Amino acid sequence: MANKKWQIASPKIAAFLDDLLKTHRVFAPVKRDGLISFEPISEGDEALLDESPNSRRAPKEMFFPRSETLFAYEEGEITVVPLPDERRVVFGVRPCDARSLILLDKVFDAPDYQDPYYVGRRKNTVLIGLGCNHPLSTCFCTAVGGGPFAVDGLDLLFTNLGDRYLVEAITERGEALVADSPYFREAAPADVSLKAEIAARAEQAVSGPSVEGVKEQLDTMYDDPFWDELHEKCLGCAVCTYLCPTCHCFDIVDEAVNAQGQRVRNWDSCQFPLFTLHASGHNPRPSGKERMRQRVMHKFRYFVENFGEVACVGCGRCVRECPVNMDLREVLNAIRSRKS
Amino acid sequence: MGDLSPQIREVARSLLRDEKVDLIIGYEQGSLPLRTSPCFIRNPDEAERLVWNPCCENNLATYLHRATGKVGIVAKGCDARSIVAEIVERQIAREDVVIIGVPCQGVIDRTKIEARLDGREVLEADVSEGLITLRGEGFEETLDLAEVLCDGCATCHHRNPPLYDVLIGEPVPEVEDADEYAAVRALEDQTSDERWAYFANEFSRCIRCYACREACPCCYCAECFVDQAQPCWFGKGDDLSDVMAFHIVRAYHVAGRCLDCGACARACPMHIDLRVLVKKLEKDVRELYGYEAGLDLESVPPLATFRLDDPQEFIK
Repeated sequence: MANKKWQIASPKIAAFLDDLLKTHRVFAPVKRDGLISFEPISEGDEALLDESPNSRRAPKEMFFPRSETLFAYEEGEITVVPLPDERRVVFGVRPCDARSLILLDKVFDAPDYQDPYYVGRRKNTVLIGLGCNHPLSTCFCTAVGGGPFAVDGLDLLFTNLGDRYLVEAITERGEALVADSPYFREAAPADVSLKAEIAARAEQAVSGPSVEGVKEQLDTMYDDPFWDELHEKCLGCAVCTYLCPTCHCFDIVDEAVNAQGQRVRNWDSCQFPLFTLHASGHNPRPSGKERMRQRVMHKFRYFVENFGEVACVGCGRCVRECPVNMDLREVLNAIRSRKS
Repeated sequence: MGDLSPQIREVARSLLRDEKVDLIIGYEQGSLPLRTSPCFIRNPDEAERLVWNPCCENNLATYLHRATGKVGIVAKGCDARSIVAEIVERQIAREDVVIIGVPCQGVIDRTKIEARLDGREVLEADVSEGLITLRGEGFEETLDLAEVLCDGCATCHHRNPPLYDVLIGEPVPEVEDADEYAAVRALEDQTSDERWAYFANEFSRCIRCYACREACPCCYCAECFVDQAQPCWFGKGDDLSDVMAFHIVRAYHVAGRCLDCGACARACPMHIDLRVLVKKLEKDVRELYGYEAGLDLESVPPLATFRLDDPQEFIK
């Protein structure tokens, strides 16, 4: 079944977003303090529509916030925080980040457990994607099941054709958003073929390590001396895990004074020593070696075992932002070329 | 300046061959343009990996926190001061470290290059004779290296390591007349409300990744105050008060020990202006106690000792 396609003139996008603002909270990429981030906008023309690279922080935080209050309590009485039900649109999501939500769904919206905080936000949020005409040299989405114009997880896909955008409906929900809007007209064949050219060129441009055979290799590598020195330059901070669109570990704490307080869920990182510190004082991952091994194993072996997918979307944030240039692509290549 | 890499490699090779050290920590070529990466070598034939250039941005002294045995370490002026500070604070014994000092004329601030290129990706970079040429898809630009050096480097008064076992190359002229406290004074001249607004905005971006703390050679506590749960001094959520408290208290914990190497600000993925906060405390310590950290093995940080003539006009 062919999905509906439209085109919209670039200057009209702001007006489209203004219309959405009447019924939804709209998030779009904006430049704030020199960095690109997804922020709620109050006017359509605040949205960044140029060839800017992806946001520094991943949109996962719109579904799994860095910190959120689960409930409050006082003297044994619990006050449940109202679950999120606000209708939202996120405009300008890249295919890698959209795919990351599919992966996070496996954890937070699973057959045996649905996290109400996450699920509420997912249900009420429409994702309007933007294809990547110019992937960065650090992108490797195609190696991990994605692509610069992949549609997994998106409701609509916009492609920049220059003076206009091709708009493709991926889901009924996405189609509904556009169907009654006056700014779109039916896509011409020339629009569709130009998009195909741009997409093909972008897909060719993405390079990166293959993950073929990595899982099988990791299955044999738990005690491999490979891990002995890999971690040495790692500082043990959380830049990689916090910027990563698929990392999802958290810590639950009570913040209270005596019998009054709130239970809060905060991001946590397997790269912190504290992450696996037991109350007894024992730490099963006592050094960076075990923690680095854990990170790689979780993403490329355990997640595959549990959910059938690699927990990486090739967005490249960890590669670009690691303060010591720990390059996951090099790690994956080294694993593939390791003979057991 | 000339390429000092061959000399560094030779020194490393002979230190390892003669078993003067068990490990050498230096820089090797990074996987991205404008990057080098900390490298740990244990065999003389690995010395070929070592490089030296204006992309050698990391302060390697932070790795001495976990080092065992005898370690050789490549150190710029600021890094060598950090090592001196670590020896003074008894985190490493003088005889367990061989300082391979390298006079430095500044490292590149990649955020300045990103700002100049406005979203265009660098695919290749070449530095020579005070110029940096940047190439990417459809562009080539040459900039003055001086324009893209770290702000701290532009006003650094200790380009030559104050302590070393081996010095690579020749000492470089020290900067005489640069005002290193201009940014601090600009903030001092503001009202406290204006300062609060500035820092509240900066720290609103903090994601509590603790890259600043981990990159800092002064931060080596086995249990950081901010990680404590019983008692829990500060919340771990995103309440701005808690976030700012972490940074302000950390600044106090490094006061008198911080020497403005810039590792904290450089590590921060959210480009928070961390340097100016610790620089203010560094300025205060210098004015109150006449002390700069990491210059010699005899001086003790002022907050770790007392003198009878310490200023005390705050005692009324």
